[in-house]
Amino acid sequence: MRSLFFPLLALIFSPFLLSIINRTKAIAGGRKGAPLLQPYLDLMKLLRKGAVYSRTTTWVFKAGPVIGLAATVMCVFIVPFGAQAAPFAFPGDFVLLAYLLGLARFFVISAAMDTGSSFEAMGASREAAFSALAEPALFIALAAVARKTGELSMSGMFHVMSVQGLDAGGNLPVVLLISAALLIIFLTENARIPVDDPNTHLELTMIHEVMVLDHGGMDLAFIQYGSALKLWVLGAVLMGCVMPGSGASWWIDAVLFMSGMSGLAVLTGVIESSMARLRLVRLPQLLTGAGGLAALALILVMR
Amino acid sequence: MTFILTGVALLLLSGMLSLVGGRSRAATFLGAGGAFLACLIALPSTIRMLFNSSTESIHLPWSVPYGSFFVEVDPLSAFFLVPIFLLSALCALYGAQYLDPYSGRKPLGAHWFFFNLLVASMVMVAIARNGVLFLIAWEVMSLAPLFLILFEDEKEKVRAAGWTYLVAAHLGAVFILVFFVMLGRGAPSLDFDLLAAHGKDLPWGSGALFLLAVIGFGAKAGFIPLHVWLPEAHPAAPSHVSALMSGVMIKMGIYGMFRSLTLLGGSDPWWGYAMVGIGLTSGILGVIYALSQHDLKRLLAYHSVENIGIIALGMGVGILGEAFGNPALFALGFGGALFHVFNHALFKGLLFLGAGSVLHTAGTVEMDRLGGLMKPMPVTGTCFLVGAAAISGLPPLNGFASEFLIYLGALGGGLQGSALLFTPLVMTVAGLALIGGLATACFTKAFGVIFLGSPRVEGAGIHEAGLLMRVPMLILAALCAITGLAAPLMLHVLGPVVGALGKGHGENAALTGLMWAEGPLFMISLGSIGLGVLLIALVTARRMILQNREVSDAPTWGCGYVMPTGRMQYTSSSFAQPLTGLFRQILRISEDVRMPKDIFPSGASFSSHPGDAFRELVFEPVFSGVARFFSGFRWLQHGRVQLYVLYIAVTLMAILAWKLR
Repeated sequence: MRSLFFPLLALIFSPFLLSIINRTKAIAGGRKGAPLLQPYLDLMKLLRKGAVYSRTTTWVFKAGPVIGLAATVMCVFIVPFGAQAAPFAFPGDFVLLAYLLGLARFFVISAAMDTGSSFEAMGASREAAFSALAEPALFIALAAVARKTGELSMSGMFHVMSVQGLDAGGNLPVVLLISAALLIIFLTENARIPVDDPNTHLELTMIHEVMVLDHGGMDLAFIQYGSALKLWVLGAVLMGCVMPGSGASWWIDAVLFMSGMSGLAVLTGVIESSMARLRLVRLPQLLTGAGGLAALALILVMR
Repeated sequence: MTFILTGVALLLLSGMLSLVGGRSRAATFLGAGGAFLACLIALPSTIRMLFNSSTESIHLPWSVPYGSFFVEVDPLSAFFLVPIFLLSALCALYGAQYLDPYSGRKPLGAHWFFFNLLVASMVMVAIARNGVLFLIAWEVMSLAPLFLILFEDEKEKVRAAGWTYLVAAHLGAVFILVFFVMLGRGAPSLDFDLLAAHGKDLPWGSGALFLLAVIGFGAKAGFIPLHVWLPEAHPAAPSHVSALMSGVMIKMGIYGMFRSLTLLGGSDPWWGYAMVGIGLTSGILGVIYALSQHDLKRLLAYHSVENIGIIALGMGVGILGEAFGNPALFALGFGGALFHVFNHALFKGLLFLGAGSVLHTAGTVEMDRLGGLMKPMPVTGTCFLVGAAAISGLPPLNGFASEFLIYLGALGGGLQGSALLFTPLVMTVAGLALIGGLATACFTKAFGVIFLGSPRVEGAGIHEAGLLMRVPMLILAALCAITGLAAPLMLHVLGPVVGALGKGHGENAALTGLMWAEGPLFMISLGSIGLGVLLIALVTARRMILQNREVSDAPTWGCGYVMPTGRMQYTSSSFAQPLTGLFRQILRISEDVRMPKDIFPSGASFSSHPGDAFRELVFEPVFSGVARFFSGFRWLQHGRVQLYVLYIAVTLMAILAWKLR
């Protein structure tokens, strides 16, 4: 039962990360901010609604949110929680994780294309392009972790990383490089500033939000909940590399991990409050930069 | 073995019979029916031999110098024979209906004759164990598609594609000929078992032979820069032929690579580096070129280049494992490459057949003139979607399983070992990740632009493909899913094949290395089942909740604009623009822009044409140089018969004089 505790935690608390981000942004902007349970209230409201479908769409439009959510929920069971192993761990599991996120992306993009709207297709096209460029950086970073720890499953990798901590000989530069690369990927894949602005209402500048313009009711709830879970999953990958843990006592690890995730959410809020979105043409450079950082880490662990 | 040779005989017989049918439907009935029957006869026994990992051979003397009729089916041959028989049967079925509108107008008998000849020659290539026999089968396999490509020979583009194909196929064949001649120098005959014993102690080293094999077989497989014939030939050929060529014929190049590796014995690390380099170039450039295409069949052809790149990456990883003495790396690299060969036959066959169904009813596969086909063609659309997800390497379909094997090998082999081994392996991992991401972009574009949204050009009479065309697509789509779920079982089929490749240097260690992947693959299948359960649960929950609520329909939200037309949708080029813009230098896209002018603009236009750097910067200059050089000799050819007779007389005299010297 213990092994299912952490995924359950993720399924319940992932929308709360959004609350923390929004509250941080509100405080930084001198506002009071929405109630902390607002993301949950939004989801409940959407789940109570009926549905309106565009006459252009086919079953693909309805399948997009469902497959997207199902694939992301699977990821929650694959990603470990700091030093604690995931219920579903095997050598090479991060390949499955990345490709399950790819599956979700494939169908969300297809659903956007199904509306026949240029706005949505524009978001879809950008999402496809930028996540394709983020993919190698993620794999290089995780390959560096694998080489460093001598493990092939994320649970093994993050266990070693957490228990070793930052002070083991020569760890610090590697961990810093990897976490910088993973942070950029985290922000890109979750459509946060500086890559995408979740609050913008100008369709021409959006990436993720514009893809789901035509979704409403339950479909939109599935998509938003899926995005919250994805935030958690990629955050957990980043936390696994930097967060120290005991590896023995599960509740100490739980506290450490949850505070790490909250810290990450605060950091995301601070980044969003302190900088503007980059121009779209700069994004490939940012993502190549992430790949470069990961490659540097790789050279350091190769010795 | 008996069944396979019976199949070959039946293919040849029915091919010749269909010639009698001429332009009538009877030709299709005889030719396609014969091909289908022959493949059906041979397929079960081939599968049985693959599962039993048994080897059967027939060795008969032949009067040709160095030749003998030596055929053998070992696990490697059987592994390539299964997709040949499977896809040929389905393509014959599909082609029978696809070509029906041409009956009475086109020589269908000749088409089916060459179709059956192509299938038979591919089978012979896979089972031939004598150099001369192999080269003859190879040559027939290279020539037969030419006549299939030239089916619509009244079109200028088709004739040009035929030329490109012919030149590429024969340049490749020359290298293979030299490969066998050099390998067999001093050997009593070109039987493969003799060559394999002979290849180990060649005085000049086997490196040169490896390069010859890479160029010769790589031209067939489509390694960049030898790929230029693929994007010309595949669009020109009828779709079931494209499916067969892309699904299995180019794989015979990969088969040739594997077979020559067994003939050459041991390998050097640099072979592995070369293959990883080829794989990265073909894989990444292939998918980038595919992204920029407007024509679906050209896009799919470039995707074959990409998938051949993935297969080459797996082979490179395998060779590195052999050279560095790491049996697990060897087994997973070669196992992943072989598995991908099979998977690519399934989903690329499926995608080309899907493209054929679109072409059949819409008359074009220009993506920017299509759209919204999911509604009139739900079966074709759904099958295409399965193929698109599979080729993007998405779980739970088969493309993911084979790429996962290569990932696992490269990651596992890179845990220890020197930088010399680690660097190419990490490049493989990063390359595969990039290829996967770009392939997803490319296939969401192809599927989204063609099947989703609304029609871009008003097309009346778009209808679903006929029964004989739908059934092969449905079978292939189902096989994509089944193979993905049954991937752990596939390892047991791959085991003997990989073991045979590793003969002499740790066969058992290779098997152990391959079986190490069984646990992870089993977990993936388990995860896929979990995903399925979750999907069913979500769909049911969704249906139950929506049951009592108002579900209405409306136009797509146009941000306030109320008169949208199909032509305002994103096109294939606009969808790919963020990525094609990045790779502008390699893609050589030429753009034709007419901007709106004046206060009352009358009209504007934009068109873009993707190019191919290798074709335009390498092959066209070289071949036009060759043509210029030889046109210098035009004065020899002037049409005066008397002088021609003089040439002959002079030549004969010269030969006589040389002989008498």
